[in-house]
Amino acid sequence: MSASAQATVAPEVTGVPIPAVHLRAVTRTFGKGKGAVTALDGVDLAVAPGEFVCVVGASGCGKSTMLNLVAGLDRPTSGSVQVDGRTALLFQEAALFPWLTVEANVALALRLRGVPRAARPERVHELLALVQLDGFARRRPHELSGGMRQRVALARALAQEADVLLMDEPFGALDAMTRDLLHHELERIWSDRSLAVVFVTHNVREAVRLGDRVVLLSSRPGRVAAEFDIDVERPRRIESPEVSALAGEITARLRSEVRRHG
Amino acid sequence: MADAPTVDLDARAPTDLEAELAGLDALDTAPGPSREWGARAWSATWPKLLAVALAVGIWQVVVWLELKPAWVLPGPGAVAGQLRASLEDGSALGAVRITMGRAIPGFALALVIGTVIGIAVSRFGPLRVAVGSLLTGLQTMPSIAWFPLAILLFKISEAAILFVVVLGAAPAIANGLINGTDHVPPILVRAGHVLGARGFGLYRHVVLPASLPAYLGGLKQGWAFAWRSLLAGELIVIIEKQASLGVQLQTARELADAPALLATMVVILLIGVVVDAAFGVAERSVLRRRGLLVA
Repeated sequence: MSASAQATVAPEVTGVPIPAVHLRAVTRTFGKGKGAVTALDGVDLAVAPGEFVCVVGASGCGKSTMLNLVAGLDRPTSGSVQVDGRTALLFQEAALFPWLTVEANVALALRLRGVPRAARPERVHELLALVQLDGFARRRPHELSGGMRQRVALARALAQEADVLLMDEPFGALDAMTRDLLHHELERIWSDRSLAVVFVTHNVREAVRLGDRVVLLSSRPGRVAAEFDIDVERPRRIESPEVSALAGEITARLRSEVRRHG
Repeated sequence: MADAPTVDLDARAPTDLEAELAGLDALDTAPGPSREWGARAWSATWPKLLAVALAVGIWQVVVWLELKPAWVLPGPGAVAGQLRASLEDGSALGAVRITMGRAIPGFALALVIGTVIGIAVSRFGPLRVAVGSLLTGLQTMPSIAWFPLAILLFKISEAAILFVVVLGAAPAIANGLINGTDHVPPILVRAGHVLGARGFGLYRHVVLPASLPAYLGGLKQGWAFAWRSLLAGELIVIIEKQASLGVQLQTARELADAPALLATMVVILLIGVVVDAAFGVAERSVLRRRGLLVA
């Protein structure tokens, strides 16, 4: 199984000297003996620098496990995870610190990265301007909407000057209109910098809307079931026919994966 | 004309998107109707005033019923007169000064000791197993039960009172901090971890600030324990020439001076209410800033 998965990955790897993220035959098992659960089984995946990869899959496909491994919050049971550069991770919840203002939340990320005190205010201002929230610098997280909080979280993640941005269903809890706008925001910010993105989502349309490539993971255990190159010209719209057609194709494949568990 | 549908499918102009985003942001953060400061202060004050009026009224009714002779249970008027007299001759203020001169250093010492113990116990697992339940046990121990030992250790002295005050307050403060660190939302710890905070950095930037509300609760409770222990101490450990509130109570009882006794009790109650209100203000402002308080 892992051999065939590797074969699908190989074409992307060739010609790219060092991938930003490289998973080789990664297996992660939780627990021991009979109760052991294999979250990921022989996953191969290479993400090129500056590439936007979306990972879709049904529940239990080990998407979050994969992000934790890439973020260095967890270690694989076998196989190897290589990351070229720094990672930043965004969750479904913004997870801002409620006792800090918006600007202080971003400033803390700078501080923890070792940015000197004097350089922080200007950088904070730039980052907030980037997510178009510089007018809300002195607000507290609870005063903002979910979408705004997620943008602050994005600014905070960007403050880490990461080479790889990992996103774990970051827009899952937002309304459709806000999500649509944030897709544009994220696309704009990503295209302005050399940032590799690994974006995990349940939402196939979202994956096609954003990704250069969509990776479909099977569930229990998580394996790379298929990969799709998305050759739709940017900027894309989520309601465009090309996006819809590709999303339909991927969804059909996802359904057939889910049926195997029925 | 013919290309209208393609235009429709094109990405909108960036300025439109920015305007849309700004519009949503403005809608999402529209401030609710806020009442004036005066109105808020009044709505917070009148129920308290009413409660005081009610309590004084009931007291007066009990006095009028003459269940006890007036020299044992004087009415509010007599007590108020006594209170005014003791304020005028400075004896009330002097007693408050002596008692607070013990309460504040005692509480401050308890704060330091409780905080250090709290941090140590929440940071080190084995210490927690060893000391955790002991702290709760200490908290339930009536402070008055410590006095015989305190007097043996320190004789009739300020140190004996201080010892019991600190023992009363420090466990509550430590427990408040430990409870706070136990209930830090895991997602915030994860966020701190992802941002690169490790070890003490994570503790300082995430765990401690997240624990602040519970810690303040612990301080408030610690103060209540310290205050009770102190008054008990002043009744038991009577030091010469120190006319504290406790000594005033004791003297008034010996002289069967009920108005003076009740006037001192009113002073003790007032200090309790004022300090509690100060902690309440601090607690509410912390909760409000975090969006954990309605209104």
